[in-house]
Amino acid sequence: MSSQPFVFEPIASRAPPRPVGGLLPWVRRNLFDGWTNILTTLLLLLLLALALPPMFQWGLMHAVFGADNAACRAAEHHGACWGVVAEKYRLIFFGRYPYEQQWRPMVACALMVGAIAASCYRPFWRAWLLGLWALVLALFFVLMKGGLVGLVAVETARWGGFPLTVMLATLSLLIAFPLAILVALGRQSHMAGIRTLCVLYVELVRGVPLISVLFMASFMLPLFMPQGSTIDVLLRVLIGMTLFTAAYLAEVVRGGLQALPKGQIEAAQSLGLGYWQTTRKVVLPQALRLVVPATMNTFIGAFKDTSLVTIVSLYDLTGALQLALGDADWRKFFFEGQLFVAAIYFVFCYAMSRYSLWIERHLNTGTRRE
Amino acid sequence: MEQGRPDLRTASALSPKGIKPARPAPPKKRDWSWRSQALRSLLYQVVALALVISAGYYLLGNTLENMRLRGIKSGFDFLVQPAGFGIGESIIPFDSSESYVKAFAVGVSNTLRVSALGIVLATLLGTFIGIGRLSRNFLLRSLCGAYVEFFRNVPLLLQLFIWYFILTETLPTIEEALKPLPGVFFSKNGLQFPIPLWADGHALTLAGMSLGLVLAVWWGRQSRRHFEASGQLRPVALPALALLAGLGLLGWLLGGSPAALDIPESTELNVVGGGSLTPEYMTVLMGLTVYTAAYIAEIVRGGIQAVPFGQHEASSALGLSRGMEVRLVLLPQALRVIIPPMTSQYLNLTKNSSLAVAVGYPDLVSISTTSLNQTGRAIECIAIIMACYLTLSLLTSWFMNAYNRRSLLKER
Repeated sequence: MSSQPFVFEPIASRAPPRPVGGLLPWVRRNLFDGWTNILTTLLLLLLLALALPPMFQWGLMHAVFGADNAACRAAEHHGACWGVVAEKYRLIFFGRYPYEQQWRPMVACALMVGAIAASCYRPFWRAWLLGLWALVLALFFVLMKGGLVGLVAVETARWGGFPLTVMLATLSLLIAFPLAILVALGRQSHMAGIRTLCVLYVELVRGVPLISVLFMASFMLPLFMPQGSTIDVLLRVLIGMTLFTAAYLAEVVRGGLQALPKGQIEAAQSLGLGYWQTTRKVVLPQALRLVVPATMNTFIGAFKDTSLVTIVSLYDLTGALQLALGDADWRKFFFEGQLFVAAIYFVFCYAMSRYSLWIERHLNTGTRRE
Repeated sequence: MEQGRPDLRTASALSPKGIKPARPAPPKKRDWSWRSQALRSLLYQVVALALVISAGYYLLGNTLENMRLRGIKSGFDFLVQPAGFGIGESIIPFDSSESYVKAFAVGVSNTLRVSALGIVLATLLGTFIGIGRLSRNFLLRSLCGAYVEFFRNVPLLLQLFIWYFILTETLPTIEEALKPLPGVFFSKNGLQFPIPLWADGHALTLAGMSLGLVLAVWWGRQSRRHFEASGQLRPVALPALALLAGLGLLGWLLGGSPAALDIPESTELNVVGGGSLTPEYMTVLMGLTVYTAAYIAEIVRGGIQAVPFGQHEASSALGLSRGMEVRLVLLPQALRVIIPPMTSQYLNLTKNSSLAVAVGYPDLVSISTTSLNQTGRAIECIAIIMACYLTLSLLTSWFMNAYNRRSLLKER
């Protein structure tokens, strides 16, 4: 038997796999992966190259930053005039509040924003937070309204700017949230009468625009009051905004209630818990956690919607800007002012949406599988 | 004891004495003690209704008293009186001697005109941006993300002010209007563009296109039936387009190919003729489209991401082409997630069109407030606004629910 002895011949080794980490592979994968991708990248780069330099030049290079009207007029059309902000920022932030008293709204705002920031921090979610809010709200109104502890009284008609925006948003949400929970529970109730009332309220309010609710608050609420009593315009608008927001929040909460498995309620009942105990200890903690993103979206919406009070002649941040631009000298630089106010709204709304993502992740640590 | 069943009770091994026979159900008796749920829920409801009714009665009484004291008249009789104000723009011709009813109708038509087009444009733009956010291309992805973040986080009212500024202040005056195309004028006074003059021949064009549409639908159904019977695909999109365009063209040719255009011409002071869009209309349309598109983009992205990746793998394993996969597998499942929130965005857009009052576009709210200021009938005017929007909302949600029912999961 003569046969070739079997010789082991290894096949050629393969090339190492392409690296997937690092900058270059990332660029290849995300920007130059295939013809359509390359084309898109080039097109967008061209677009950016055309759009960014003029924007940069307008906004920074040729811009006027000081409150110098003559320089602004000279720079018009090729440079931004941020001077309008430098000149009018007090009016934009505080509206028609008396000029020499404007430290009061500033402190009041700082307190309110501080309370909001404290409420965002989870270890602070204790009973004392409610006390803190009561204190901060009381201080806010004392500072804004005055007439106490030697502060000059300032009528609500002169309140404006950022404090007004923050106050309307915060107060309407603080009142609307409990109301919304009640309405959502009512809508899930087995009692037909209460259910109908809640459905009617929610559907009626959600069917109409906020503007019409605000018009109603400012034109019709005075007629509702008994003869001889008046109701402050801020309070009227606040009532309108609260009722409006509560209807939307109620739908959000109802979504959470519906998503809860029925077994949870049955288990609570079999443990002998009554309706309110079941609701408070079993249903709401789980239901509200489910709807955190939607709730935060409603909050952001409510914050943006405060700008609508401009239309019923209140000078919130948007309205105060219109007031500031009433000055004929600076009227031309409307756009820069608008951008500035848009940036303020953006910062707050963006912070809220980021916070919503964060809190959603942190509340769901118990149920997440990872 | 029933026939043929072992008597479990006596055979029970658990209890040597056997289980006592079940007690008879207690007689059905209405329990009206304080502990009974029936009584308590009845009471709660009576109390709630009584509270609401008495509050309503109190407010109504106050209102009537206040109106009597201030000499405010009430009732809808003012609707037939002449309005006494002109309306800047309308598709229904209107002049100030016509009645308030007509003015409100113009307002509703203006609201509808801007929201309907806004819904179509926002859906298109939003869908592109939503898909763009899922692109493999980093630049496209982040630009679309920046778009969504920026436009969602700035109030619509402010955006409307900014658009209005851009469209009225930065554009040239009418004398030196931009002319991107011959016959198109773009200036502070809005956009003027040529429109075809109506000729009898156009009727034939329309007839041809309608016939083409019918035939295209027929062809689509036919091909689907063929596909389901034999598994063979026939082209649908191209023949349908060809039918529509071809028959339209044929009708146009048969009608004597009317080509007369109403081209706007610049005179010394103004541009006359042609179709035109006012800056107010463009502002509201632009603002609503751009703002709502950001929300729609998020909905579309969420809907696409809600389809599990396994569906894509499964359709590849079945040998579906990319187009078929999107059409037959991905879209039907994504749409189910997309449609309900999309409905509420459409409703929001319609309701947000009421912000038009801020830039002076004569929509329903703007006309109502003008009427309110002229007649002092606050309750009636606000009731009209609310009734109109409520009707619009209910109609839209009814329509979208009907569409949603078609896209729902078909379960046995």
